[in-house]
Amino acid sequence: MNFSGLIHDFGPLTVTGLAQGAIYALFALGYTLVYGVLRLINFAHSEVFIMGTFACLITWGFFGLDQNSAQPSVGGAIGYLLLGLAVAAVVSGLTALLVELVAYRPLRRRNAPPLAFLITAIGASTVISETIGVLTHHNPRGVPPMISTKPVVHFGNTDITGLQILMVVLALALMVLLEWFVGRTRLGRGIRAVAQSPDGAALMGVNKNRVISLVFLLGGLMAGVAAVMYVLKIGDTRYDQGFTLGIQAFTAAVLGGIGNLRGALVGGFLLGLVGNYGSGLFGTAWHDAVGFVILVVILMFRPTGLLGEALGKARA
Amino acid sequence: MLLEIDNITLLYGRIQALHGISLQVDEGEIVALIGANGAGKSTTMRAVSGLRPIASGQIRFAGQDITNMRADLRVIRGISQAPEGRGIFPGMTVQENLDMGAYTRRDRAGIQADLKRVFELFPRLSERRKQAGGTLSGGEQQMLAVGRALMSRPKLMLLDEPSMGLAPMLIQQIFSIITEINQQGTTILLVEQNAQQALSRAHRAYVLETGRIVKSGTGEELLRDSSVKDAYLGVA
Repeated sequence: MNFSGLIHDFGPLTVTGLAQGAIYALFALGYTLVYGVLRLINFAHSEVFIMGTFACLITWGFFGLDQNSAQPSVGGAIGYLLLGLAVAAVVSGLTALLVELVAYRPLRRRNAPPLAFLITAIGASTVISETIGVLTHHNPRGVPPMISTKPVVHFGNTDITGLQILMVVLALALMVLLEWFVGRTRLGRGIRAVAQSPDGAALMGVNKNRVISLVFLLGGLMAGVAAVMYVLKIGDTRYDQGFTLGIQAFTAAVLGGIGNLRGALVGGFLLGLVGNYGSGLFGTAWHDAVGFVILVVILMFRPTGLLGEALGKARA
Repeated sequence: MLLEIDNITLLYGRIQALHGISLQVDEGEIVALIGANGAGKSTTMRAVSGLRPIASGQIRFAGQDITNMRADLRVIRGISQAPEGRGIFPGMTVQENLDMGAYTRRDRAGIQADLKRVFELFPRLSERRKQAGGTLSGGEQQMLAVGRALMSRPKLMLLDEPSMGLAPMLIQQIFSIITEINQQGTTILLVEQNAQQALSRAHRAYVLETGRIVKSGTGEELLRDSSVKDAYLGVA
């Protein structure tokens, strides 16, 4: 164990951990939203995310941007980023909606047992992933340079890049926006009503299927934003990169308390940090394993996750 | 005729819960369904509100066939249910629960007026409007369920065991309020174990036994009926 390494690199590990955590957090929201309303783990959510990565890169490709392009001007980069975020969010959102309509709703109508949903989830995940694989010839796709990797803030041995700041700020901002939507708007109240009592919500005139569609859409939108952050951070995407990341994001959701919106945020950042500190201590090969050990330990003491309450019970 | 239930049957899996129930509710009435546990009272309510599909028969509301209509659309037509076991939203405040009752409505002024009316009927709810529904006492949750059902401004209100688990004084109070709501123009279909109260408040009533209607009449008639007395009123 490399304690001096961990202490020496504590600053940099914290910064990269928070940036990674921002991706986990937004990604995890999709699991948590769907679980909160349906008590269902949407395993196809990792493919919803991967669709976002390709949607963004293909959109940029239309403008002749690839990994060999020169850095666009600041104004251009902002425009491309906003466009990439918008397209990725919409494509991921619609993919999530499609999964709900094709894989889950027909089963709900027939009162299928939970296991059936698990199988169609895995099925939907496989079909989307393999389709992307075939269409992209199983090749990775690189990201054009968008944001300068030069650090904008540094103290000691800690450098912070503009991208890292953007990721964390964007994750927090979207979280605030989502909390407001679920906590303060009429539609958000409908979501909470279905989560807390599906029959009760129907008796209030809430169209349950419409709420469920909305929830899938929202989770997809968030995953699309996470997807853009991911390609900018990692540098490429591939049809099969969703799985491992999806497991991490799901872990983050459980860690924070699945069904709880703020829990996804807390779990995401915590998992990002803990994974990084673990790599500092034991070596990067242990990055993912450390996260799971922490998960098990936390669940032993807090079986419902850190923030515990489900969307069903939470006020916002 | 506001509500007509025509020979409905309903299954829970392989168990038949309703064996051909027919009943009518006229506009302006309070109609009570009484019967023992498991007689099918709540199941009948769930069939009317649309929470449970029926196997055969027909349900008409205000002259329209609603047999296969989704529950949320029946709310828009004017049916509102305060479900058994209260069924309030535990994580929402009293105010939010009442807002949920008006979910299908857009007329802000009307909603405000109805909110005021609910708070007049149940001053306790006004005191607790910022409190989470799940932290209310049993009686308060019952009031909230009834108040919430009123917020959709229903033509027909289905009340499922409104007195369940309440102290005797509160039972009196909730039945007085039910009568008051009715006199203000809402038709009420009421399911009750407390047959004494239900029959003395209702214009008419039906007695259910094992998924069938075995007797019907005005509240007064049934209060005097010896077999009803024996079975449900606890007096010989």
